[in-house]
Amino acid sequence: MAVDTRISDEPAALPPPLGPVGTARWAWRQLTSMRTALILLFLLAVAAIPGSLIPQSAVDPVTVSQFRAHHPDLSRWYDRASLFEVFSSPWFSAIYLLLMISLVGCVVPRSKVYLSSIRARPPVAPRHLDRLPENARVDSDLTVDQALDACVTSLRRRRFRVDRHPDGTVCAERGYLRDTGNLVFHLSLVVVLVGIAYGHLYGFKGSTLVVEGEGFANTVTQYDNLRAGPRYDLDHLAPFALTLDRFNATYQADGQQIGAARAFSAVIDYTPAPGKPSEQKVVKVNHPLHAGDTKVYLGPHGYAPLVTVRDGKGTTVFTGPVPFLPMDPVGLASRGVVKVPDAQPAQLGFQGFFLPTAARDTVRGLFSLFPAATNPRLVLNAWSGDLGLDDGVPQSVYRLNTQHMTQVRVTLDTSAPATTAALAIGETMTLPRGLGTLTFDGYRQWVVLNLTDDPGRELTLLGAALAILGLLGSLFVRPRRLWVRATPDGAGRTVVDVGALARSDGPDLAADVGGVLDALRAGPPAGSTINKRASEE
Amino acid sequence: MPVHHQLAHYSDRFVHFSIAVYALAMLALCAEWAFDSRRFATTPAAAAVPAAELVGVGARGLDAAVPPAGPPAIVRPTDERADRFGRIGLSLTTLAFLLHFTGVLCRGLAVHRVPWGNMYEFSTAAALAAVGAFLVLTRIYDIRWLGVFVITPVLLTMGLAVTVLYTDAEQLQPALQSYWLVIHVIAAVTSAGVFTVGAAVSVLYLIVERAERRAVVGGFTERLPSAATLDRLAYRVHAFVFPLWTFAVIAGAIWAESAWGRYWGWDPKETWAFITWVVYAAYLHARATAGWKGRRAAAIALTGFGCFLFNYFVINLVVTGLHSYAGT
Repeated sequence: MAVDTRISDEPAALPPPLGPVGTARWAWRQLTSMRTALILLFLLAVAAIPGSLIPQSAVDPVTVSQFRAHHPDLSRWYDRASLFEVFSSPWFSAIYLLLMISLVGCVVPRSKVYLSSIRARPPVAPRHLDRLPENARVDSDLTVDQALDACVTSLRRRRFRVDRHPDGTVCAERGYLRDTGNLVFHLSLVVVLVGIAYGHLYGFKGSTLVVEGEGFANTVTQYDNLRAGPRYDLDHLAPFALTLDRFNATYQADGQQIGAARAFSAVIDYTPAPGKPSEQKVVKVNHPLHAGDTKVYLGPHGYAPLVTVRDGKGTTVFTGPVPFLPMDPVGLASRGVVKVPDAQPAQLGFQGFFLPTAARDTVRGLFSLFPAATNPRLVLNAWSGDLGLDDGVPQSVYRLNTQHMTQVRVTLDTSAPATTAALAIGETMTLPRGLGTLTFDGYRQWVVLNLTDDPGRELTLLGAALAILGLLGSLFVRPRRLWVRATPDGAGRTVVDVGALARSDGPDLAADVGGVLDALRAGPPAGSTINKRASEE
Repeated sequence: MPVHHQLAHYSDRFVHFSIAVYALAMLALCAEWAFDSRRFATTPAAAAVPAAELVGVGARGLDAAVPPAGPPAIVRPTDERADRFGRIGLSLTTLAFLLHFTGVLCRGLAVHRVPWGNMYEFSTAAALAAVGAFLVLTRIYDIRWLGVFVITPVLLTMGLAVTVLYTDAEQLQPALQSYWLVIHVIAAVTSAGVFTVGAAVSVLYLIVERAERRAVVGGFTERLPSAATLDRLAYRVHAFVFPLWTFAVIAGAIWAESAWGRYWGWDPKETWAFITWVVYAAYLHARATAGWKGRRAAAIALTGFGCFLFNYFVINLVVTGLHSYAGT
């Protein structure tokens, strides 16, 4: 960066030999300087970039595992640099913590000065008002007192803090809220950070996949995914339970955006606590269910084909819904696996696709045209052998380990044996050599429910609201000072000098000075001035 | 509620028509520059003005606490013909703005919702905000000179919107069905428009500043206000939009909390909104820091605008995330 050369030019960066205390003080001053804050801001912006381009485990764990599978060597380097967890990495944390320290170190000492100045009176008038950026001199028919009174009234009306001095000057200042705003903004960022940290410590987030007709009880074991803060008490989860009665989805049926989602709603039977009567609730995307402090959000959805598997002996060894994972956002074609460890004589495994609205063309072969299940097909191939479930290595329920299995050809009705069969609802495919059959009974939908409790939320929101208020104050309040000096010219008239000085960017000083001149032109203000004049005479 | 196709059709027509009028407005505003006879003024008097200004800028630069006050200086072409073209350009811009506004309004009425639910709608609305910001600014300051530099990006955006980004008038996907769409996106659309104006001023500042530094003010740069004035205007525009952008990000976070159960999840869109915010915050700080104000601050503001554009075009169209609403 070209930045470095300039910074080292500054005399402050070339300290004389210092003791440890001096060095510490020098380091602190460097850290809390505006230039350091600027560099840290840039570092923060740059450090956030990889987090948006490299898949993040906290955001999209599926893509991360795919990336790991495709680029094992690169992933090793990414792991060393925490590039899959940028936003909780030591280096990212270091940047924002240093920035916060820099911010506090910069703002707090200033707030002391500010606190003493908040009730300060406007400073006395400089000798040469005509050297100020905005100034005017007028001859007035008013007496010195009348002129100054007129100025005081006008300035008070313009919300200046005004002092009138016996030496014939008026000193005025306004815009004290700017520093307040600046201070509030910077400290509110600390509040936001504390809110986030509090939420991480005392909150939790989890998710669970629920199939229509099935339930979820709020206990640790029922979660598919659970991230609880170190201070969150998992033994005291809210004791609610719920059942997904049904999930309704509507999709655009025609036009350019055919298949686009238009409405999702989950009808849920909610039991606040054991023994309490259940209530029916509808959970939609922007309308979570409030279960005590926990909120239940509607997440992704998909299909779970209902299958029945009979083994070689004719025993029903598996029946029920099997959640398939969507892989095509347009047609919602989904991929999944059926594992049947209890089948005799050999364990069976099936893998393939669920197509909600099956269609066939020459390019794609079988595919799904539309996300609603208007022509559902279950396309599967079959494997027999050892599922490998007893190896002690945890397996994904969405993946078939075919290492110790062999693929078998299947027959559908009277057709010739093939590697895959596309079943319509009610159809059965038969495996060779008396291995068994699989029947496609229908389908259910599933939804992922995201459950969260973030007790730091309100604090963060408060910090954010304060930040906006502070910003408005620090950017739109424009402090300025204005002085008036009235001197008799010896010929019965009064020479009035007005000067104004901006203490920030851009206040309309001309308007302020103009207001004072108008007041002088308008003559003596009513009320006190006249009385005063009368008493003088 | 079903989409009102006739109204949607009218909306498209109004938008197309406004593009044609913007193009004419741009031609007229260019003609104002082209016909300005001062371009050819090379008299010693004309050359002396920028030199004096240079001294002024240097002297002011030393005094950080007291920047010069008052609105940006009035720059008006002395040539009558040029002035006429300028006024025609501004009138055409106003006309195009009204057509554009009608188009956006019809789109909203056709789909019974706010007309910024996809990239086409957002782009047209943001372009509307940019022109609106410019027209409001011309009421406060005499900044007709800025017109061509605002209309050009607006025309580019509109062209992209009706060609690449065009999306039929339809209902929204479930995640967008929230009143936060109104609050969050109004703030984001307005920010987009004002960021564009701010970036235009910053670019002009860099050009004029360079000319002043090399004492070669003339021709193009002579028609523009002094670098100090442009810098001040750029600051005001950015200072106005920064709290608004902050609000847009916060409103987005509140919406994310009600839609997805977390207010901040480092989704690519959120990450780049954050980066944009940080860069503009750096601009505001840089402008108050010795050694950073001026050219460097302007470069930072333009970097911020680059981040904003990246977030809008690249993240929306290339990177997938929760905010992938480009087509629907």
